[in-house]
Amino acid sequence: MERILIIGAASAIAQATARIFAAAGASLILVGRDPEKLRAVAEDLRVRGARRIETIALDAREYDRHQGLIEEARRFLGGLDAALIAHGTLPDQKACEASFDLTRRDFETNALSVISLLTHLANSFERQGYGTIAVISSVAGDRGRQSNYVYGATKAAVTTFLQGLRNRLHRSGVHVLTVKPGPVDTPMTAGLPKGFLWVRPEVVAAGIYRAIKSHKDVVYLPWVWYVLMIGVRAIPEKVFKRMSL
Amino acid sequence: MGQYESWGGYPRVRQSAVRLGWRHLPLPVSGDQHRFYLPFGNGRSYGDICLNGGGILLDARGLDRFIAFDPENGILRCEAGVLLSHILDFVVPRGWFLPVLPGTKFVTVGGAIASDVHGKNHPREGTFGRHVRRFELLHSSGERRICSPEENPDWFRATIGGLGLTGVILWAEIALRRIHSPTVLTETVSAPNLERLFEHLLDSCLRFEYVAAWIDCLARGRDRGRGLVFRGNHAGDDSPTLSRGARRGLRVPLDLPVSPVKEASIRLVNSVVYLAHGKLSCPRLTDYDPFLFELDRIEGSNRLYGPGGFLQYHCVVPLECGKAVVEEMLGLTLTQGTPSSLGVLKAFGSLPSPGLLSFPRPGISFALDFPSHGPRVMRLLDEFDGILSSAGGAVYPAKDARMSPAAFKGYYPRWEALETLRDPRFSSTFWRRVTKE
Repeated sequence: MERILIIGAASAIAQATARIFAAAGASLILVGRDPEKLRAVAEDLRVRGARRIETIALDAREYDRHQGLIEEARRFLGGLDAALIAHGTLPDQKACEASFDLTRRDFETNALSVISLLTHLANSFERQGYGTIAVISSVAGDRGRQSNYVYGATKAAVTTFLQGLRNRLHRSGVHVLTVKPGPVDTPMTAGLPKGFLWVRPEVVAAGIYRAIKSHKDVVYLPWVWYVLMIGVRAIPEKVFKRMSL
Repeated sequence: MGQYESWGGYPRVRQSAVRLGWRHLPLPVSGDQHRFYLPFGNGRSYGDICLNGGGILLDARGLDRFIAFDPENGILRCEAGVLLSHILDFVVPRGWFLPVLPGTKFVTVGGAIASDVHGKNHPREGTFGRHVRRFELLHSSGERRICSPEENPDWFRATIGGLGLTGVILWAEIALRRIHSPTVLTETVSAPNLERLFEHLLDSCLRFEYVAAWIDCLARGRDRGRGLVFRGNHAGDDSPTLSRGARRGLRVPLDLPVSPVKEASIRLVNSVVYLAHGKLSCPRLTDYDPFLFELDRIEGSNRLYGPGGFLQYHCVVPLECGKAVVEEMLGLTLTQGTPSSLGVLKAFGSLPSPGLLSFPRPGISFALDFPSHGPRVMRLLDEFDGILSSAGGAVYPAKDARMSPAAFKGYYPRWEALETLRDPRFSSTFWRRVTKE
């Protein structure tokens, strides 16, 4: 029996992932900002086979509620086997260039709130000595590009934080998974033009489920991004800075 | 993704789209009174009922959640963007089935209601709308209505087969039917001419739940109207279980620059298909999926018709003159030099549709694909409309891209009742075309 905490549970990737766990009979705590959305997601997952399900409405930037949130989730489910952090926004790069306030807000949502949650989750999972902490980062964090370096920088912070955390928690038997999706066709990216490398959230969800089950450390989804990003990272900065990416 | 076309690829229009994701939110409707909206499901209707040139589509595929399921009585409530394929994946292992399934399972619940779709079992189960117990409608004004035969019955009737014009369907409650196995016991009978094809088709409906006939539209002379009748019944619980592995079907991976569907290639394929079947095949147990969803076997099969797309003429003709009309239409396709690439016959029974503008009515359903929309085909189909009007038939809006306002108003005399209940901010390319003065 699996007991899973999902933060950002109304996001498209989180919903698709939760459906796989629900169909397998997992128990879930759904956390998100909008209680109405959480209710719709919870109904869906209950029909699909979730054993127990609870929702908690919370804005990711309410840092002082994070520790309590994890304790509450443990109380509800009688323990936690996994946590998936899936919340995030796609900042408007141009607007961020003109406004530090916007940039800071996006760092709070996409990086700091994740780091705060991870701090509490890490301690709680380290004590119990097992479990999975999975976080959705992005290929955008592998290299900064002019078109979305604010978003990329928040994801780079999360990726690096997770590397260290994985190193620290390895000894205690806690599995830390970094998920790096390429572009996914979700409401978050609704405004962007779509190319052939775009995938549906279900594809990423199936990859996340497999990676949690097989205790992968880092997973690119779909896998082709693993190859593509080796190429992107290998371009010398001298050349990269001249490219319009 | 990001593309909004109909299945036939004709016509193409300029339109924008917004996505609906949550049923508690109001519609994203602007103040500009001259912009029309139209709900969009999975784009499997062929012509222009799912298009809204110059307007805005409300893409409902994000409304894809289940809401409640009663496993004792087989009642499923789900959001309107859920695909029938997803419902089947969920209910079949639990011993339930959708009572009415069109030739593709990749349609949304909202789309199935808006076109009041039918299946190969119309004489037994009628249309999809007969199995819809209630649904919620959201109007551009923000008003919400629960509709059922008892509650808001006018809206219930207008929305079933209402082409998405009465508002956005947010969710629906569907009555499922029991099955004892996902297996269907099927047979194929071949018929050397139209006479025998009709006999087999009608005779099969007495003993089989699912019946459809394929016609070789290019066969001439003695062979005119030869074809195959496919028929099947749900297997009982004593039947062996077939493995239901994930099948990967064929796929047309890209848009072809020219269509390979030409008279010679159709003739070749038709002959191979016809001759490959003996007089009467042995009964065979098969999974319901490949039997019911012929169209889904090749993913992107519509791309075979090339960049110009294709037209389908799908009509219903009263039984008394069914054979004569089909014979006349088949003859015209050959003499006018506009061969049809695919012909399908089904029987419609007398179970009434709840919808105001539902297409099925008792008689013979006849569908013809044409790999072109050039002026010759257009003239031919106008001629078909003339034959059909005098025979008392009707054309299926979900397949149409070309019928005239006069023809439409003749087939659907109650169209004005739908017009009165149409959401004032909703319209479609189809509706503007067929209601033109």
